[in-house]
Order: sequence, then structure tokens, then C-alpha cells
Amino acid sequence: MMGRRGAVLSLPLLLAGCDYQTYQSIFSDASTEVHDFNILFVIFLIVCAIMYALVIGFLIAAIVRRSRTGPADVVEEGRHHQSNPAMRTGLIGWTALVGTGLMALAIASFFGDRSMANAAANEKLSVNVTGKQWWWDITYNSADASKMVRTANELHLPVDVPVHIYLKSDDVIHSFWVPSLAGKQDLIPGRDNDITLVPRKIGIYRGQCAEFCGADHAKMALIVNVDSYADFLKWWHHQLESAPAPTSPLTQAGYNFVTTRQCSSCHAIAGTPANGTVGPDLTHLASRRSIAAGAMPMSEGNLYGWVADPQSLKPGNHMPTIGLEPDQLHAVVAYLETLK
Amino acid sequence: MSSPCRASLLFLGLAALTLAACDREERHSRSKPIGETVPAGQSPDTIWPGGSQPSPLDPRAKLYDNNAPALSEGQYLYTQMNCVGCHFHGGGGMGPPLMDDEWRYGGRIDQIAASIAEGRPNGMPAWRNKLTEDQIWKLAAYVRSLSGQPSKDAVSSRTEEMSNTTPGSLTPREPAHSSDTAEQ
Amino acid sequence: MTPPDSIPQRIRAQDERLARERGTIARDGPDLRGAELEARLDRTWRRTPGIIGWLATVDHKEIGRRYIITALIFLALGGVLALAMRVQLARPDSALISPQRYNELFTMHGSTMMFLFAVPVMEGVAVYIIPLMVGTRSTTFPRLNAFSYFMYLFGGVMLWVAFLLNIGPDVGWFAYTPLSGPEFSPGKRADVWAQMITFTEVSALAAAVVLICTILKARAPGMTLARMPLFAWAMLVQAVMIVFAMPAVALCSSMLISDRLVGTNFYNAAEHGDALLWQHLFWFFGHPEVYIIFIPATGFVSVITETFCRRPVFAHAVVVLALISTGILAFGLWVHHMFATGLPRVGYSFYTSASMTVAIPTGLQIFCWLATIWDGRPRFQVPMLYVVAFIITFVIGGLTGVIIAAVPLDLELHDTYFIVAHFHYVLIGGAVFPLLGILTYWYPKITGRMMSETLGKISFWMVFLGFQLAFFPMHFSGLLGMPRRVYTYPAGLGLELPNLLSTIGAFIVALAVVIFVVNGIVSLYRGMIAPPNPWGAATLEWATTSPPPPYNFAHIPVVESNTPLWDVDGEMPVVTGLRVDEKETLLTTVVAAVPDLREPIPEASLWPFIASVAVGIVFVASIFSPWALAFGVVPCAIAIAAWFWPKEMKRHPEPVIS
Repeated sequence: MMGRRGAVLSLPLLLAGCDYQTYQSIFSDASTEVHDFNILFVIFLIVCAIMYALVIGFLIAAIVRRSRTGPADVVEEGRHHQSNPAMRTGLIGWTALVGTGLMALAIASFFGDRSMANAAANEKLSVNVTGKQWWWDITYNSADASKMVRTANELHLPVDVPVHIYLKSDDVIHSFWVPSLAGKQDLIPGRDNDITLVPRKIGIYRGQCAEFCGADHAKMALIVNVDSYADFLKWWHHQLESAPAPTSPLTQAGYNFVTTRQCSSCHAIAGTPANGTVGPDLTHLASRRSIAAGAMPMSEGNLYGWVADPQSLKPGNHMPTIGLEPDQLHAVVAYLETLK
Repeated sequence: MSSPCRASLLFLGLAALTLAACDREERHSRSKPIGETVPAGQSPDTIWPGGSQPSPLDPRAKLYDNNAPALSEGQYLYTQMNCVGCHFHGGGGMGPPLMDDEWRYGGRIDQIAASIAEGRPNGMPAWRNKLTEDQIWKLAAYVRSLSGQPSKDAVSSRTEEMSNTTPGSLTPREPAHSSDTAEQ
Repeated sequence: MTPPDSIPQRIRAQDERLARERGTIARDGPDLRGAELEARLDRTWRRTPGIIGWLATVDHKEIGRRYIITALIFLALGGVLALAMRVQLARPDSALISPQRYNELFTMHGSTMMFLFAVPVMEGVAVYIIPLMVGTRSTTFPRLNAFSYFMYLFGGVMLWVAFLLNIGPDVGWFAYTPLSGPEFSPGKRADVWAQMITFTEVSALAAAVVLICTILKARAPGMTLARMPLFAWAMLVQAVMIVFAMPAVALCSSMLISDRLVGTNFYNAAEHGDALLWQHLFWFFGHPEVYIIFIPATGFVSVITETFCRRPVFAHAVVVLALISTGILAFGLWVHHMFATGLPRVGYSFYTSASMTVAIPTGLQIFCWLATIWDGRPRFQVPMLYVVAFIITFVIGGLTGVIIAAVPLDLELHDTYFIVAHFHYVLIGGAVFPLLGILTYWYPKITGRMMSETLGKISFWMVFLGFQLAFFPMHFSGLLGMPRRVYTYPAGLGLELPNLLSTIGAFIVALAVVIFVVNGIVSLYRGMIAPPNPWGAATLEWATTSPPPPYNFAHIPVVESNTPLWDVDGEMPVVTGLRVDEKETLLTTVVAAVPDLREPIPEASLWPFIASVAVGIVFVASIFSPWALAFGVVPCAIAIAAWFWPKEMKRHPEPVIS
């Protein structure tokens, strides 16, 4: 699909080193909008490169020109300059060229803009994303209230289905940006913004908050999983299930701690007494790919580290360091690991 | 005064400035978690056997009482933990007002923290196991700010919500009476 | 070649009476010339030595030097912050600098560079050179000039002292609400930032007024607007832009202070305020601000190109029109900083078009400079090298600017390192390179010695190549998904190599700046002594000694072309008749520069310094309490009243021809 355009754009990737993931890059062209972006970007690059070549060519020619002789004394020479009439024609030609080039680019930009705006037709899925310092509170809307899903920091989307995302902010200005899927849109308190995504390639993509929002702005990432429609529905139905009951004494101790102590003040786990709304919903925590909005990948070890001392991994965020005893920590993490 | 002499004086002056850095704005996010000890021993009364001798102020009070990030986090917790549900924005409702000068169980920061942690009769729940000590102290600092106690530099004037109280930075200080007499 | 005797009968009678009373000749002219004239002028214009004289001076050359040195110190401080940021970003997942500190670093870096370096250094160079270039003895409003320097100094010092005291701002140089509002920015950090804005905005407005009046009214006779040098045109356009743009940021920062200090609701959406109000007001200032920085640099490029290509800039009138239209168009672009905020898409198209349109006059200027090089005989000494580097670098920045002017492209690239690359290309390429060139060019005029050409070439190549290494990879960081204002980034996204290259380049640039400064300092003592016109330039500042005497010119020159020093045969034509025993300069009409008034120039005075201290105390105190404004009015009023107190007027501005 990318063809020659891909080759042009991949050149800098070769320079940047090959061995990395492009799931947060504009080059990994996973939606119509980003595809259109890449086309428009290449058009702009070509026109701008031509203009630059003209400027540099003129500069080099002007420097290299040595066919002139004249008085050695600079003051004497300055007195006797004469204007080159061909330059006047050149000036007019240059202005016309620059003007035409810019007009062409402006028209290309306008049409690109229109085509991206048109992607918003026929939404079948609607999601509310509320930006908070420093995580994403996500709710999948449904006409049937019992089918609404609340999750955090991770989106699952079906491929080829337009999804309309309503963007709100609870505190400061954030910006929803998944480079592989769409341009960014700000989440502004007091304004209702929205964005439509139409993912076209199955895969995992990473986005980040793109508007400075305070201490942990750098650690406010978002993972988007684009699945087939069937897999997406399976995921949705799984999200509707409550958390499983604990089966071992260790997970039972963890369950007791989580539902009666500090955790339940802020977090909710469906099917348990824990119903705090301050922090992310933890019902299916262990099935997510990252902890704390992309601060680190999900793994048992990382979960230990996060629960033991969130302030060292994301200083200043609202989750306090509780100061758990070692056996409490074991129990809590064992229980959290069952929340798949 | 010669040039090198002036330069070194300037350098020393700048070094002194840096060392005298301001604690009001220091974010203690990396401080170790405090064990769950104080304020259990804190008495809310002012009557002591052997005379009216106030107990010494908990040394942690300094970290919170005039610390701007602590007050800000306390403000956040006040809304998120639904203190607003009973105390409103300091004016009181089901719970007593917090912006006035009457403190039933003491108005010092460690006494307020004790009230939050232990709960109090007539409906104040005990938050000891529901919030960390650090969060309780931050809430206590914020509660004190509702009656204008901390220095005005550290208090934020308003939240980004409907205006429902006097701006914090203009709230007049309400000297506590009828219970605690030990201001810091 | 003096013009017909212009002294009216009435004035001549007064002169003769004074001469009888004092036994001296009061005016320059056929009776008083040469060494004796210079000695008398020197006595009149030289300031008193010592600390009081230093604080009270109204000599534009001294004030200009102070501006430049202070701005270069802030450049160094801002650069050190940048190096700290680059060290942190050299590796992924770095824990060298905490997020709180890093946020303070980039806030201080941006604020220092934009408010404490870029605009003041342009003002400083202009304040020094413009009176010399337009052929007058002093700026108009010299005490206001002194006041503007002290306001700038106090604002900068306040910001940096706050940073060292751990109450420095951490909200970004643009301080978006509600992050910078009372709820999310606890303490006084954001107030310090907002008050620094007030200081620097007052300073810039004062300097702009001084420059506008000097350029329009104090030009040498015969220097019509058409013959005015391009640098003077650039400063005129820039100063008018300052007058229109600065109040917007003063307003929005004052509203922010008000929200934070007394709980107003300008930016509180819940009370029908608007978080976007901040962005509109800030960027209404912010976009013209970057042209306020860039346009004087185009003036520098014109000056250097003319001198080193030995011919006037091609199509002078076109360049002037380009400057004016850039200045006007720059006010219509600000929403291109807000393309991601969700305003109506159709409205955005207007700003895309405006942003593209503003590239046309700049492109015209580039053509004119290139045509000058083509038609002239360029000498590639250090200043000219910087002009070539400017063209190579700035045009890249301008073209990436055209790219991000398009809304669909900006929605991906906004708030990424692509933007960081773009604005550093236009600001460093478009303003700092010409600045380094012009400092080398005017160094002999300011200090009387030449900078070392060898060291100059070394620092040039290092800064040019180091800059490309530092900032070109940032285009790729942005395209690979690295947002701005992040204290670290995860491994595995391909960001490691571009960031490492940027860090290495940044250190090379820093070393180059150090070499440039060393060159500047060493050349003060060991540089070749400079004649009045070492480069063979055409404009009037080279018609006096290097450095100029306190009175600039022994006689006010008369100008008959736009390259006066090239078109003069033998002695420069002058006007005579200005007083030598009192400080006096000649004002001319705005367009045709016909001699109009003899204007007395104020003596040195401590009141501008005292007034700036009083105003500074009020501003700093109002960070902490609103009562400062109420009580602080009193000392400010006293200082300003003393400053403007009408002195016993021994003489009024006298018409030249009655």
C-alpha cells in the first residue's frame, strides 16, 4: 500500500536505526487519515525541496560567480554599482513562483482537510475519553447502560469501523494523540471536543498526551489495540464480566486488603465492594499491556514495583505510596494478577 | 572593588541563595511512607492533668502546614474523597463548618489529622485505613486553609469549579477558640 | 558645504547675550570646529564617572552595551539549561533529572531565551546603533531608554533568583491555563513567571517608543524615508509591532495573576471563563513576538550583505515593503498555534492561508539578498559567512513552517519535536546567526578593536555544523512520535539515535558560543585597533570614530543618498549651529527629514533608576499580596513625578528656521 511513498519516507528510518517499533510513529500508516497525511506530507516535502533547491542553487551560483572585475577599493566600488535589469524580471518571476507554490500547497491542504473530516461518517462505536492528571478514563458507550464498559489507559477498537471519541478533561488541557491512527485533538476543560478514528490495520499502537499537563505529562501514554470485529466483541463481552473471586489464601488476603484498605478509596473492581471512582478501574487490570498509562509494561515484577512505590516511578502522581508490609504486597499483587 | 573580588562575591551570594531555597514549593513526592503511628497519641482536648500544657507539635507539621503542593493535593483529596458531601466547601452541612474558628476536637494540624484518621462521634468516619498518613496530613493542611490559617503564599485562591467560597488567598484568618489554644 | 545660515535673528541675539555673559561661543560652526569643538562637546556630553554616573547615564551607547551584555549573559544561562535538558534526553528512560526539575528547566529555558535574550538583544543593538546610523547625537527620550534597561534587568534577575530559590516557574514558557491557574499550579511559581512578563513587556514598550521616535524624528537632514537604511526600517517595523503585540501578553498575564491572587475567574470554565482565552491572548502576542525577533535580524542581514557585497541591497523599496507587510501579516496568524483545540475547521483554513501568505514577503527579501550577492562582489569574512549560514538554515525553518501551516499536517506534528526543530531553525538560523554576524561586524565600532578572524571562523563553523547536528534529527524525533515537554521517553521507539545526535550537537554549539565569547573578550585587549570604517561600509555610523565619542558626531551630517559614505567625495557635508555648551540635537521632519527643531537632550538623571526600583518593588510585591498595588502607587508616583518635574526651562526646543 505504501509503495514508493513508503520508500521515500522509510529512508530516514534507515538513518534512525532499523531495530525499533513504529507503533508510535506517523510512518506506520494504520488509518486512512494517516495515509492521507503521508501523501500530503510527501507533496509538501517535494514542493518545499524544490523551493529550497532553487534558493541554494541561486546562493551557490551567486557565491561562485567570479567573472567580475572591478575596483579594489570597496568604497570606490560601492559608489559605482549598477543594477542588473534581468534581476527585476527574476524578482517578479520568483514572487510568482512562490505565490503559486504556496497557493497550490494551501489548496492541497484544504482538500486534505476536507477528506479527513469526511471520515467521520457512519459512526458505529462511541467512546468517552476523559483526561485526568495523568491517565485516561475510558468509557465505551452503549444504548443499554448495563453494556457500558469502563476501563483505563487502553482502547480496543475494531478494524474498519469508525469510532467517535468524545474528549473531555477533568482538570487541565491534555491532548489525545495516537500518531499511527489520527492527528491530535485537545481535551479542554469546559469544551466538548471529539475526534473520529477509522483504523485500517490490525495491530497495537501507542499514543501519548501531547499537551503539557504537569509533572507526569511524559508518562501519560495510551495503548490502542486494533482487532478484528469478532475479537473486539469478545473483548467487550469479557470486559462486562465481574472480577473472579479469589481462590487461594494468598489471593484471598489480597482481596481483603484491596477491598477494605486504601485501594478501595480510589479504585473500583466490578463485583467487589471496591467502588472508588477517583482512580482507574481495575477490574481487568492484568489483561492490559501497560501499568499507569504506559509508565511501564504490564508484568508481575512491574506490578510489584508500582504497588510498592508508585511515587518513584511516576513522581507527583495522585497514587500514594502506601508503605505495604512484604506479605501484604505479595497478597495484593497476587490478587491483582487474577484480574484478567 | 576589583573585578575578581566582585565576581567571587557574586558567586558566593548566588550560592547562598541556592542553599536558602524555599521550602514552600518543595514537592515531597519521594519522601518515605510514614508509619501509622501518630496522630494516635494526640489528644483533642486542652485539659491536661497538672495544668493546661499543650502537647508538642508533631515534627511532620512543618512538611505540610505551609507547603503549597501539599495544600493543592489536599484540595484534590477533599473533593475526591467527598468531604464536600458533609462539610460542603467549608460551610458545613451535615458536618460542622470547617471555615470558622470553632474546632471541637482541636484546630492544630496534628489534631485535625487525628480527627480525620480516627473518626469522631456523630458521623465523622475513620479514614485511617482508607487513606495513607501522607494523604491525611495533606487533607488536614487543606482543612486548616479553609479558615485562613496557613500563610497566604501557599494557599491557592480558588479551584477550577463554581466559585462557592471566598477566595482562599483572601480568606481572613479565623483564630481558633474554645478548644485548642496552641497555635504553632 | 554647510547649508545657508539657519540661525534666526532672535536666537542669534540670545546667543550673543549668553556669549557676553559667559564669555564663550555657544554653537558649533565656522567659529568653532576641529579639536576645540570636540573638546567642548566631550565636556558637555561625557557622563560623570563613578557609580552614580553609571546609574544615571542616558548615553544610548552605554545603555545599548548594557543591554547586549546582559542579554548575552541570559543567552549563556538559557544555554546551560538547554544542555542540562539534552543530557537528560540523551538516553531513554533516564532518571537523571526529576520531572519537576525538568519542567522548571524547559520553562526557564524558553522564558529566558524568548523574553530575556532574543528581544532585548535586538533592542540593545538597535539602541546602540540606530542614533549613529541615522546621524544624530542621542535617542529621543533617553531617560525612558535607561528606565527600560533597568526594568529588563530587574525582571530577568527576579526570574533567575526565583529559580535558584526553588520558586521558579514550571508551567512552560507559554503557561497554558488551567495548568498555570490557581488549582493546578500551587504556590507562587506561575506568579513569578507572569510578573516577569510584566517587567519585560514594560521594558520592551519603553524601548519601542524610544526607537520609533528616534527613527521618525531624529534622522540626519536629507535622510528621507526613502534613503533610510534597511536596518532602521526593520527596527521601525519591529517597534510598531511591539506596541501592538505586547499589551496582549501583559493583559493575559495580569489576568492570570488576578486569578491566582484574588480568585477572579477569567480562565475558569465553570464560571463562564474560558481556558482558551489564555491561548488566544497569548498567541496574539506570541506569533508577532517571533517576528519581533526575526525582523531586526533581517535588518542585520541587509546591513552585512550591503557592506560585504559592496553594493546596496537589490530592490531597496521592495525590501522595505516586504518588511512592512510581514509586520502587518504577522498579526493575522496566531490561531495556527491552536489547530488542535477544536475550533471550527473552516476558520482554521483562513489561518493556514495567512500563514502561507506571510512566507511571500520573506521569500522576496531572500531573493533580494541573493540578487545582491549575485550582482555584487562578496567578501567572505565572518559576518558574511553568518549571512550565508542564515540563508541555508532559515529557509529550511521557513519551509517546515509552511508544512505545519497546513492543518492536517499540523494535527500530527503539533507539540512534537518537529515543531521544536522548526522554531529553532527559524530562531537560531534566522535570528542568532545574523546576530553573531552583526556583533562581529559592529564590534569594531563599539569597542574600537577588531575581533579575531581566525577564532571567528572557527566558532562560525562549529556553531553552524553543530546546530545542524543538534536540530536536524529533531525532525525525525517528531515524526517518530516524540511529543514536546517530556522529561524522558521509552526505549524501543527509535528515538534514541536522534536524541543522542541532538545532544552531541548541542554541546558543539555550546562550545562554539564559548569560543565566540572568548574571542569577544580577548579581542578587547589584543584585537587590532579599528579605524573608523574598517569594513568599508556605507552607512553613517562608520562616519565617526571607533568607538564613537559621547556626542557621536562632531557635526550632524547631511545625507544625499542611501549609501552616504560611498557617495561622498572628500568631506562629508554637515549642518552646523547646534549648541556645544548644552546637550542638544537636531530633529527633522518625519518623511523628508528637513531640519525642524533643536531639541534639548535631558541631562543624566538618577530618577529612571529610582523609578524602576520603585516599580520593580511594586511588581514583585504584588506577586504576594494585592495590597502592593494599592500602597505601591505612592512611591511610584513620587519617583515618576520627580522624573518628569519640569525643570526651569532655560530654553525651549528652538525652531531651526523661524
